[in-house]
Amino acid sequence: MAASAPPILLFSDIDEPGLATLEVYERRGGYDSLRRALAMSPEEVLAQLEASAIRGRGGAGFAMGKKISFLPKGGMDKYLVCNADESEPGTFKDRELMQKSPHMLIEGIIIAAYAAGATRSFIYIRGEYALQADVLDAALQEARRAGYIGENILGSGQTLSLVVHRGAGAYICGEETGLLDSLEGKRGNPRLKPPFPANQGLYKGPTLINNVETLSTVPAIIRMGGAEYAKLGVETSTGTKLVSVSGHVQRPGNYEIELGVPSREIIYGLAGGPPEGRSVKCWFPGGSSSPVLKAEDLDVPYDFNSLAQAGTMLGSGAIIVVDDSTAILDVAMKVAKFYRHESCGKCTPCREGTNWTVKMLERIDCGEATPMDLEIMASVQEHITGNCLCVLGDAMAMPIGSMIAKFREEFEEHIEMARRRLGAGGDADNELALAAQGTLEAPSQTLLGFKGEDDEAPGEHDGAPGTNRGGTS
Amino acid sequence: MSPRGWDVPADLAKAPAGVPDPASTPVPAELRREIEVHMANYPDRRSAALPALAAAQRVHGWCSPLALEQVAAVMAVTPAYLESVASFYDMLETSPVPAHSVYVCTNISCSLCGADEIYAEIAAAARERGGGQINVRSFECLGACDIAPMASVDGVYVGPLSSGDVPRLIEDILSGAPVLPDRQLARMLSADPHANSRQFPEHPTEGAGGGLASGPDIDPGRAGGGLAIGGERPGPTAPLEDM
Repeated sequence: MAASAPPILLFSDIDEPGLATLEVYERRGGYDSLRRALAMSPEEVLAQLEASAIRGRGGAGFAMGKKISFLPKGGMDKYLVCNADESEPGTFKDRELMQKSPHMLIEGIIIAAYAAGATRSFIYIRGEYALQADVLDAALQEARRAGYIGENILGSGQTLSLVVHRGAGAYICGEETGLLDSLEGKRGNPRLKPPFPANQGLYKGPTLINNVETLSTVPAIIRMGGAEYAKLGVETSTGTKLVSVSGHVQRPGNYEIELGVPSREIIYGLAGGPPEGRSVKCWFPGGSSSPVLKAEDLDVPYDFNSLAQAGTMLGSGAIIVVDDSTAILDVAMKVAKFYRHESCGKCTPCREGTNWTVKMLERIDCGEATPMDLEIMASVQEHITGNCLCVLGDAMAMPIGSMIAKFREEFEEHIEMARRRLGAGGDADNELALAAQGTLEAPSQTLLGFKGEDDEAPGEHDGAPGTNRGGTS
Repeated sequence: MSPRGWDVPADLAKAPAGVPDPASTPVPAELRREIEVHMANYPDRRSAALPALAAAQRVHGWCSPLALEQVAAVMAVTPAYLESVASFYDMLETSPVPAHSVYVCTNISCSLCGADEIYAEIAAAARERGGGQINVRSFECLGACDIAPMASVDGVYVGPLSSGDVPRLIEDILSGAPVLPDRQLARMLSADPHANSRQFPEHPTEGAGGGLASGPDIDPGRAGGGLAIGGERPGPTAPLEDM
């Protein structure tokens, strides 16, 4: 652990009883930043946000101040949308923020809307977060009654409406243009960019879209001053960041870290590392769509640029740890199946690429693949990347591509063992030994059309193996 | 997940339905009112499609043709438009489902912690003892990997789940009791050892516990899962609640 306690901005006394209420939030100095911001001009507020150099916490890491500055000036209707569709597997930081400190988010939204000149704002929250949406609705009512939301906010002449909009279960609605379509009451299909939302977003108006954590940080930036905030973290990644750590660790949860700390400190120091006797096999540094890293990369500093240099990304700040008890094929299969399910089907490379990747992984698992299939699978990933309207396809291609590159030997071993199990060049002893391990069960529906035979000893029915597929973990 | 909407042939002989006539389409008053409130929230009334469909699903149990027609009548859109929306989203049901829903997260983090086995056990238990009232689905990441493996039971997050919890989970659903109270996410404290100073300012007045998420019902000794950091960090304890 670091010698001194890290700076805590978002999670400071996050479990204080009643923090979700206006009374406790205000007693703690809540909405003071809003008053300070309203005393400044919108340009001055924007200058503070630019000076903070805060980068978006939702995944892309785009500088927030720059994003606001892209909005056109003028009197047209402008919108602010808070992206609370936290769906990236492994990510659960916004959930805890909204549930425990909803007023911090609302205050951040009001300040950001003031800087951007937006008069209507929306929180698009995923439908599964029922508790968090209820908390936000209750907090919003309090904020309205107190005059923080509505017309002539605190006598400043500013107007802002805020609506909590509940989604209905679709990963793609976390993609900003898919989110906008969904918010307009349509299927959540991503749009072609440009035009970017800053120019033509919600209802064809200029729209600022930011993640929950980014907006929740705004009150702290105004309180500290942008320059002071920029002293936290490292040069290209300023400030603190919530990191969701899950998977094979002893203390999963959200941790607020100063950007730039060694990843090992987060995974081992804070989250306790893998269970006793196991070691890190690979880890996703930024949600399931980030390319995986191995144990030897644990000392990479946890910030945007260092992770990019390591060939991966900080993404949403979700670390998923996989220990040595898990087959890499199972990890790849879970990831690929998720993106296949969530592909909206609009772009061919994504729709077909995710489907074929799953089919090829199943082929490996049931013993019908050849080592050449790894090449084909890797090339499928390359052909998805950059060829679609949004990055959902890339979000599968990047981690799968990295797994093939970094765990090639294990994939080849899996292919060979599964092939022997199927009976291609294997003998009975081999098959029984593999069956005893129980790790190489084949899918219930293979490309050759074997039917599931339950878990009976293989080879009893005309040489067809037992093909009942167990769980993937 | 079945590719809903893709492999169901359209009845081409049928004339496409237009916007239902509000005068001849009865809509429950409460549902109409709720949809109208939602429509008033947005510059474009169609933005209310998702909350309106969710409201209709609560009334009808699923997005049935009747439910779609009622929403369409209030929103002045075609039922086909609403069906195109409903068929896109996992939480909107386009065929009848049992009254209670259990979404078991089987995505990567939960799966690493044994979610596939838990899902199989819950599904089997619901088949045997659920009396056809429980809809068990494996679901994509529900955003609660800190309590993996977990499930959302009628919208309430519970975890970490083990085999031993399954019978109680089913019983609680059927009896209408709060589901696994000691496993509910709402009670969980932050895992971050630096998050709480444990020196919360005194609350001189009443009413501090009014928040939905926090308040007197926070359980300092939350169960299981290695989420709490042992005795090192007791979190907000009883004295705070007495103030």
